[in-house]
Amino acid sequence: MIKHMIELFKSGSRDILAALQGYQLAGILGWQDIRQRYRRSSLGPFWLTISMGVLIAALGFIFGTIFGAPLKQFLPFLAIGLIIWTLITTSLNEGCTGFIAAEGMIKQMPLPLFTYIMRVLWTNLIIFAHNLIILPFVLLIFWLLPQATALLAIAGLVLLMLNLSWLALIFGIICTRYRDVPQIISNLLQVSFYLTPIIWMPEMMPKRAGLLLLNANPFFHLIEVIRAPLLGGVPSVLNWQVCILLAIFGWIFTILFYGRFRSRIAYWL
Amino acid sequence: MTRISLNNVCVDFPVYNSTSVRSLKSHLIQAVTGGRVGSNDRGYVVVRALENISLDMKEGDRIGLIGHNGAGKSTLLRVICGVYEPTGGCIKVKGKITSLIDIGLGMDSEATGIENIYLRGALMGFRRRWLSTKINEIAEYSGLGNYLTMPLRTYSTGMQMRLAFSIATLEQPEILIMDEWLTVGDAEFQEKAQQRLKEIVQKSSILVIASHSLELVGQICNRVVRLERGALVT
Repeated sequence: MIKHMIELFKSGSRDILAALQGYQLAGILGWQDIRQRYRRSSLGPFWLTISMGVLIAALGFIFGTIFGAPLKQFLPFLAIGLIIWTLITTSLNEGCTGFIAAEGMIKQMPLPLFTYIMRVLWTNLIIFAHNLIILPFVLLIFWLLPQATALLAIAGLVLLMLNLSWLALIFGIICTRYRDVPQIISNLLQVSFYLTPIIWMPEMMPKRAGLLLLNANPFFHLIEVIRAPLLGGVPSVLNWQVCILLAIFGWIFTILFYGRFRSRIAYWL
Repeated sequence: MTRISLNNVCVDFPVYNSTSVRSLKSHLIQAVTGGRVGSNDRGYVVVRALENISLDMKEGDRIGLIGHNGAGKSTLLRVICGVYEPTGGCIKVKGKITSLIDIGLGMDSEATGIENIYLRGALMGFRRRWLSTKINEIAEYSGLGNYLTMPLRTYSTGMQMRLAFSIATLEQPEILIMDEWLTVGDAEFQEKAQQRLKEIVQKSSILVIASHSLELVGQICNRVVRLERGALVT
């Protein structure tokens, strides 16, 4: 039993390490995806920046008015939350189809399969970087100068990516076999958007219901480790704990799962 | 020492999306081509593409795979490449495999020739820095010259193949896998390409080529392997 587990772990991590070693390939494929999407458009991926900016302005105005929240607090909160959330949903949704979309290559070339997940993550990280341009403007408008603690957001981003990568990988495997799952996942993500404090602030919730919604929601912790430092605060110990434990146990489980099913992926395509 | 050894290799493709195949099963079994259709222990419909293949290929072997459509030639090549892990039996490969199947795969028609060199080169496992030293060589050999700065969609089919071929043959392979002999470009380039291809084949340690042409196999191979409906015929 234990021996079998170790075998699975080895086989799963071998592929992942090989993919990490060939990070250049994932990088090129990721850039290629961006280029392909915006080829011959003069603004290219900056269209995303613009549409994100418009979305933030519109949502900020509407929900700020509805909730009667002061814009100085609400708008930066919304902007950061929405940008991070976009990274989360697009990574996971595209992770679901990461292997399916690469069918032609997978069936022809024996590349480490985790490469295709890294490609999805890299593409979305590039888009995230484009969206991030909005942030300094929003912070400057309200004269919210970043504190030294803002650097913690980098650690937060690393934690988020670590978690997104195992989630994207495991979703990718399951969705390749069961083609209805992408729809289910995208639906669940849509619901999570409203359950997670992005367009509403935790303070707006009645105390007890809010606590349950927040602490039981992993997305809240994943967003908070980046958002809190950028807004001049510090993430709570619980935020950190959940993100770190989720990354560790998530990865262990995913490597075992991957070790078991990796060789089946080409057959499922 | 390069070596490929297959031991009782079986490949079963699951067919998940067809309930109708089951009712058709009895008919399909009588089909003249393709793998045998059956069901596995969990009740799924499976197509047995390869059945108990045992082969040992050593240095100097030039293997010609022959057989009808659906005999399992391409599947066997992909098993050797490592795309499919056998569902039964095992395969051991010693040496680096280069596949010349679908050498244009992954190229982007909107990207320039140079971008495609990096893209295609990365897929073949070449480092970016090493590739950048090869650009001039590729430009000259392919005869594309300044065209390399233009998007691939402005190339003719022949020009695209020239580029793909020039990238694919940058490095001398150890184990070479081919699906039919490659013919590239116009008469002039073809001669050049044939020469390079022959040289590569000669220098490679093991060659495995699937082909329908007995003449070709007779010319370049020293071992013929015949597949029929997924099984070896001796």
